[in-house]
Amino acid sequence: MARGVASVAVQPIVRAIDIRKRFGSFEALRGITLDVISGEVLCVIGPSGSGKSTFLRCINQLETVTDGALWVDGELVGYRRAGNKLHALSENEIARQRLKTGMVFQRFNLFPHLTALANVAEGPLRVLRRPRAEVISEARTLLERVGLGHKADAFPVELSGGQQQRVAIARALAMHPRLMLFDEPTSALDPELVGEVLAVMKSLATSGMTMIVVTHEIAFAREVSSRVAFMDQGQIIESGVPQELLSRPQQARTREFLAAVLG
Amino acid sequence: MLTPDLAPPAAAADGGAGALIDISHLQHVPRRYWGRYSCAVLILVALALLMIAFARGQIEWRYVGHFLTARSILEGLLNTIMMSVLAMALGIALGVITAVMRLSANPVLSWSARGYTWLFRGTPVILQLLLWFNLALVFPTLGIPGVYTARTVDVMTPFLATLLGLGINQGAYTSEVVRAGLLSVDIGQYEAAKSIGMPRLLALRRIILPQAMRVIIPPVGNEFVGMVKLTSLASVIQYAEMLHNAENIYYANSRVIELLIVAGIWYLVAVTVLSLLQSRLEAVFARGSGRVTARQ
Ligand SMILES: Nc1ncnc2c1ncn2[C@@H]1O[C@H](COP(=O)(O)OP(=O)(O)OP(=O)(O)O)[C@@H](O)[C@H]1O
Ligand SMILES: [Mg+2]
Repeated sequence: MARGVASVAVQPIVRAIDIRKRFGSFEALRGITLDVISGEVLCVIGPSGSGKSTFLRCINQLETVTDGALWVDGELVGYRRAGNKLHALSENEIARQRLKTGMVFQRFNLFPHLTALANVAEGPLRVLRRPRAEVISEARTLLERVGLGHKADAFPVELSGGQQQRVAIARALAMHPRLMLFDEPTSALDPELVGEVLAVMKSLATSGMTMIVVTHEIAFAREVSSRVAFMDQGQIIESGVPQELLSRPQQARTREFLAAVLG
Repeated sequence: MLTPDLAPPAAAADGGAGALIDISHLQHVPRRYWGRYSCAVLILVALALLMIAFARGQIEWRYVGHFLTARSILEGLLNTIMMSVLAMALGIALGVITAVMRLSANPVLSWSARGYTWLFRGTPVILQLLLWFNLALVFPTLGIPGVYTARTVDVMTPFLATLLGLGINQGAYTSEVVRAGLLSVDIGQYEAAKSIGMPRLLALRRIILPQAMRVIIPPVGNEFVGMVKLTSLASVIQYAEMLHNAENIYYANSRVIELLIVAGIWYLVAVTVLSLLQSRLEAVFARGSGRVTARQ
């Protein structure tokens, strides 16, 4: 994958500046500032309710940010700038901005009335309106890539959780996103199925995909990520390369959390 | 009570296969359903009595046979079926649009949808039929002034008044059924559709509605059956549906019961065919739901 590593400053894929998200009076995100550069794999860890999912959902606009600014691939999320004014985007423009990100959900959310192949082909066919033959052959290739070439005609109910999640990854990849978001992709899986999904994610990371992964799999974070961020109570408490953050955390709260999850 | 040779295989504890009890010589007696048998007999007796009453009553069965295929009755049947299909199509179209509007974030759309449902569910359908038919009393002419106008009495035929009256009324009911169907689909499906860049209407059409169909079809089938019979109300505004034509015949020849039986038979036939179609449709939309066939 060719990447524009210019001598000038590299434009980050995600740039978040002091973003905040309120649900009623409750502030789920309390000022997140963060850059994710192309090819980076950022793992986000943290206790339940710390705002990890909310952060991911703001990036692809499943939630709207209350305050602060967020750029994805150089575009200001949710707004169009005209002179000195920021115009809120229409529904269709938001849908277009979402094309830059792919999302993988904890509960897979495959379309149950479509086969595995149709799940993968749906977006390119209906949203991008690309030619059918081309889309189908590419969808087959993607299913092969996640190890499910033989399950193309299976409906989601006929697949195991791990297989469903791998189809979901293929479905997101079919849109050629610039960035992949994973929200606890393995926490709904039986332990013996976790490995197959992590393997797919690892090969995706190796291929140079920019990824933000919310996960409880510390081993995965240690091995695959280029950076780990620890979140608590709507803030990033600290972040750093996995060897540093996971082995020698600076903050007491990070230490407590790691002690609890690593047992 | 356990007979000694059916006692639990305590001997199995010592491990020998021979310790298992051989029950092959025992006779198998299927379960008896005395309740079912007696109910079935009662129902058959009641049906027999009913048939005797009808056979001995003042019914000339040869008239029933004769009018069953009378031209006027068959034309009426055709009109009934055509009107049911058209009014239901209009009702479903309006119902889907209204349900989608109702669930929209746009308050103007959402409240318009509520108003429509409120108005047309809140008034008797026969009143609505009469209103449409007498629309000329409010709007003597229809059209765009200067471009095209027509006298309302010419436009508002019994056919059109019935179609609008039944279809628009049906739309108000169907919208609630569709809304329930849309709400039954997991929120994760909306999010997954958004995550691959689908705008709302595309997501509704491709992802949400097909899944909602499983919930929508049974009650809509039910309403379709209701619609076939509801068309008979249109006889009050002179629409030539089956009951209207049957009435015209018995006004002339006084064979009231015979013609009512004729109409009844055809209604039953139409509804039976509809139910069969519904089962087929349910099976189609059960795909991927884990249920192999639709429940009857
Ligand atoms: N739609 C919502 N309305 C109100 N509160 C919400 C909503 N979504 C999230 N929250 C609250 O925001 C906080 C952060 O939620 P979030 O789902 O981002 O946590 P998380 O870090 O992903 O936790 P988990 O590990 O359990 O998934 C929680 O306290 C949650 O209750
Ligand atoms: Mg979460």
